Order: sequence, then C-alpha cells, then structure tokens
Amino acid sequence: MSEELYKQMAQSIIEGEKETAIELAQKSIELNMHPLDTITKGFVVGVNYIGDQFGKGEAFLPELVMAGEAMKAAVAVLEPELLKLGEAREMMGRVVLATVEGDIHEIGKTLVGTMLSASGFEVVDLGVDQPAEKIIGKALEIDAQLIGMSALLTTTMVRQREVIEELDKEGLRPRIKVMVGGAPITKDWADKIKADGTSEDAVGAVQLAKKLVGKE
Amino acid sequence: MQPKLTLLSDEVLPRIVDEAYQLMLKPGIKVQNAEARQLLAEAGAQVDEETFVVRIPEQIVKTALSTVPQKFHLYDYNGDPKVEYGGDMVQFDPGSSGVTILDPDTFEHKTTETHDLVKLIKVAEQIPQYDAQSTAVVCDDVPKDIHDLYRLYLVMLYSKKPIVTGAFTNTTVHHMIEMLAIFSGGLDNLREKPRAIFDVCPSPPLIWSNFGAGNLMTLARAGVPAEIVSMPLAGAAAPVTLLGAVTQHAAECLSGITIHQLAKPGSPIVWGGAPAIFDMRKGGTPMGAVETAMIDSSYAQVGKSLGLPTHAYLGTTESKVLDMQAGLESGMGALIGALSGINMISGSGMLDSLLCQSPEKLVIDAEGIAMAKRMLGGMMVHTETLATGFYDQNINFKGGDFLKQKITMQLFRKEQYLPTNIIDRDSIRGWKQSGGLDTFGRAKVRVKELLASYTKPELDPAKVNELHSFVLDLARKAGMDKLPEHDLSPQTA
Repeated sequence: MSEELYKQMAQSIIEGEKETAIELAQKSIELNMHPLDTITKGFVVGVNYIGDQFGKGEAFLPELVMAGEAMKAAVAVLEPELLKLGEAREMMGRVVLATVEGDIHEIGKTLVGTMLSASGFEVVDLGVDQPAEKIIGKALEIDAQLIGMSALLTTTMVRQREVIEELDKEGLRPRIKVMVGGAPITKDWADKIKADGTSEDAVGAVQLAKKLVGKE
Repeated sequence: MQPKLTLLSDEVLPRIVDEAYQLMLKPGIKVQNAEARQLLAEAGAQVDEETFVVRIPEQIVKTALSTVPQKFHLYDYNGDPKVEYGGDMVQFDPGSSGVTILDPDTFEHKTTETHDLVKLIKVAEQIPQYDAQSTAVVCDDVPKDIHDLYRLYLVMLYSKKPIVTGAFTNTTVHHMIEMLAIFSGGLDNLREKPRAIFDVCPSPPLIWSNFGAGNLMTLARAGVPAEIVSMPLAGAAAPVTLLGAVTQHAAECLSGITIHQLAKPGSPIVWGGAPAIFDMRKGGTPMGAVETAMIDSSYAQVGKSLGLPTHAYLGTTESKVLDMQAGLESGMGALIGALSGINMISGSGMLDSLLCQSPEKLVIDAEGIAMAKRMLGGMMVHTETLATGFYDQNINFKGGDFLKQKITMQLFRKEQYLPTNIIDRDSIRGWKQSGGLDTFGRAKVRVKELLASYTKPELDPAKVNELHSFVLDLARKAGMDKLPEHDLSPQTA
C-alpha cells in the first residue's frame, strides 16, 4: 500500500504536479504514515530522479522548477506533522541567497533556491539588489552555514568580492561558506575572490552546497 | 526591390499592439524612477507610489508616438551623415559590452583592457561593412566608475565613425554627453548632428529601473538619440511563446518611448532590443538561436508598423571559438536581420552570448554582412532584355564567350559581391600554395594586415586635449592618477 503511494509521490514530483503532491501528502497523514518516510521514500525520490535526468540533459529547467515547487508544497504540508512528533527532517543546512547590490537579475538564483529547499536546505532568499551588510546580517541572524550570491552583470560581480572581504574582516569565515554564481562567474573568478565554490547550474549548486556543509 | 522577411500576418500584428496596450494597464509597468513616475502621473497615468506600478492609458502612449521622429541620422567626426535610422535602411555595428577577448593563439577568453578595445576599434574602423563603431568591450584596467565613459573616450580618439554606446549610471550619461559635445562643438551642435546613440535597457518583465528611466529622460532632454534595448527572455523573464515575448517587448518599448517623449517631445528614439529565448538546459540566453532571430524580426515588424526606427542584436553566437557554429549562427542572424529591414544590427564580433569580442570574428562577420547586403540588393534588372541581348554575332556556343563582352566587365561588380580573401574560392592546389589556412587562419592574417594599415584619424588637437583633460579629471576622481598608456601609432595592436 505505502509502496504504491511512495511511487505516486515520486511521480507527482517528476511531473511537477503540485496539487497532486499536496493531496498525496495529506493522504499520507490520514493514513498515519510517518512524515519522514513520506519525504525520504516518496517525494525525495522524485526530486533526485529529475535532478539526475537534468544532469544527463534529458530533463529541462521548467521540469526542474516545477518539481522543486511541487516538493516545497508537499514538504509544507508535512512539516507541521513532523513538529507534532517532535522530530524534524534532517536539515542539510541554512542558506542565505541574494543577488548582489546593483543587480536585479534573479532567474538563476531563484532556481538555486528552489533546488536547495527541495533538497532539504533551509533557504532564506533575500531577493535582488542586496548590499553586503544585509546579506551578512541575515546570515548571522539565522545562523546560516552558507551564503549564495548571484551576479549577472560584469559590472556587479565585483560586489561578490566585497561581501567575502567583509566576512573575512569580521572573522566569519570559514564558519560561513560562500558560493557564487551567475553568467559571468567562472571558477577562476571564484578562486580569485576566495569564494568556497561556484557551479554552472542549479543541480551543481545543490551538490556544491552539500559538499560545503559536509553532507555530501 | 529590397527583399523582405515578414513573419507576422496582418491578423496577428494588430493583436500584438493591442495586447501590449493591455499590458501597460494590467499588470502595468513598474517604474522605479520617481521623476518618471511623476511625468507619467502628470500626463494622466495611474501611479501606485507603494509598488511603483504605473498604469499607462493608450492615449498617453499614442500622443508620445505622434512626436517620435520617424527618421534621423548619426554623423561622423566630420559632421557628415553616415547612419540613417528609419525606413528599411540596414546597417551594422560590432556588438558591445563584451568583457573578454578571444586570444587567437591560445583560445583563452581574456579579460579586456585598453589595448584590446583599441585593437577592435582599429579593425572595425577599416571595414566598410561596419557603418558605426561600438564601445565594444569594457576595459578592466580603469576604475569601474569610469568604465562606460572610458570606452567612449577611446572610440572618439581612434575613430571617425558614428558610435553606438551606452552609459552604466545616471551620472555618467551626463559625462558622456559632455564628452561628445566637446567634439561636436557644444550641446546644440551635438543635438543638431549627433555622433552617438545610447542603448538604454528596460528590465524584463515590464520594469523601467531608476537607471533605465533616468537615462531615457536625460538623453531626451539633451536631444541625443536613445536606443531601447528590450530583452524579453522567452520562457523565463517573458512568456514562453515567441509571440508573447514580442508583445512584452512592445509594451516595454512603448512605455519607454512614453517616458522619453514626456521628458522632451520630438527627441529621437529607436525601437530596439536584445531578446532571446531562454535555454531550458543551461539557463542561458542563446543569441544565435533561430527563435531569437524570429523574435527580433517580428518586433522589428511591429516597430515599423508604428513608423519607428529599429535596432536588434543579431549576427552573434554562443560558440566560444571561431568554428562552424559561430559561422552558421552569425551568418543566419545577419541575414534574417537584414531581410527584416532592421536599421541597426549590433552583435558582430561577439562570441559566448555577447561576453567575448574577437577582431578575427569581426573580419569574418563582415563577409556575412556583405553577403546579406548583396541579398538585400535583390534581383536587379540592368539590361533592356534580360538575356537575349547578350547573344550577339560573337557567340560561338563556347564557354568563355561572355567573358569577352564589355558588359560583363561593366556589370560584374554590380551583380557580384567580391569577397575578401577571408572567403576561400580557390582550387585545392592554390589553397595549399597559399598556406592551406582555414577561415580562422585567414582571419588572423587579415587582422594583422588591418592593424598594420590603420592610420590614426586626424582630429582637432585642441578638442583632443580638452577631451583628455575632461576624462583624466573623472579618472582622478575615481582614484586613478594617470590613464592607461595607449598609443595612436598605426603599427601596434
């Protein structure tokens, strides 16, 4: 019975069917299934599958985004149940995401946020045009292990360095690790500004984030 | 007869314009510049000062459209009109805002500095297919605060052609206008005979940022032409359908024109863009995709239906090297742009989705442009009879008969575009004898030749000094005591 439900859960994520995912999550509660099992044996299987397919070039960004959204919706239904049980889903880590000051591009960053939360990270997405003090302030406030910064413009990518320098000055590294991303961002740039890593796409960003928090 | 590509039917085109007007009311346009919001409110638009969303009624836009010039020119250093915006004129300029340059020997994409931009200007200056220069790359060896105006400074020193440029802030656009005015002999002369046009970008979807709207108003008041570069990304920052993206483009441009004309009616502005489909695998913006070119062609058709001058980003590629992908995407883009009658087509020389410039690609792209322009010339009727008149008493039913005809000598240059040696039409033997080079190899040779044959433009030394002092002063304020060394000699690259 539950095996069949798990399969349907995974499938709802793969197909990006948010409504179905929510219904299945509710059904699992009615059936007294353990919410952690529902997540790990059901929904996460779907997220992992779509991530793998994306990596192979067989799934595309809209499918990835819709899967991420469906996953978030399902987890939102299950989280109160976990709390009731006094348990929590094993959290991968807390991340603050932002597009740097002067830059309003956020497609890539939002996608990374969706994938990170679908993969079990707690994500605070500050949005676009965020100055260093706001990004760092939020990271301290929520005790984040990771900061992810996006910049699409060559004129704004320098802001990533400013945030890293500020973190260093405050002695907040390596406690807080930094990932950088965006169209003009290369591995060389990430090394040059002493970031902890960069990734070409959202699936890679999840792998990188897991590595940086030691949960590979 | 200029051949013409039109992708929009008579049925669809008015629907695009109609829905664009609807978008300006719902959801409205987000205008992040207070002064622009005020202008719009005074004209009768409904402004929400909390969300910055402005609902712009059709009538305000139509009034703005009625004052936009349908045609204007850009002038060269000497004050001669060289670029015509309006109608079906088709012209090209190198792509701009690159940050790297392709090293032709190592294939590295190197961060660009002063000497790289100078090299690109020298090459583009001597290629007739480039009707205008562009401020092609930013120079990493000067402070960020002067990145935009320093590019313009170098182009003004090394070129006499009209210039397609753009400012990065609301402050520097004033500086750049002043720089141009130094060479034009005052702001009035600059307005009379503008040397440059400034790209101004809305942010998809449907946003005019503080900086974008600010630039529009400043340029309008100075009477210096503005070129709207709207970039809907179909499937991410715009509807996934190509027609949806074209409609969003129209709404972004129409709202921009409205802000611009409210600041100063009658100032020149161009219906342009750099849209793209959104690549669903890599999240990139493929400028060389055929669908991207289809969006460009279609929005140009919309702009033309409104009587506006047009611009697009085409003739470029995602490829990282000068390979077949670069060639086929750039060539197809240039041809589609030309057949769409787009007044200014930017993008030549660029690789890697507008990030990387290449002088070698500039010389190769020039051949694609020349072919596209030949195509635009169409099938010409040069002679009274189409053929029969050629078959006179000297015809011996031999190949070569026509080579002996005087009319062949008279007309072959009109009928055929005669390519440079970038295009190989040699025999295998001849090709081997001349080094057996591929297109890229031949382009490297050609770039070296062009750098050697470059001669510095004769400019008024007093104006050059004034410009130099002006830029040096701004550089000092930005924390740089001395501008980077660059020489005006012909030999060095």
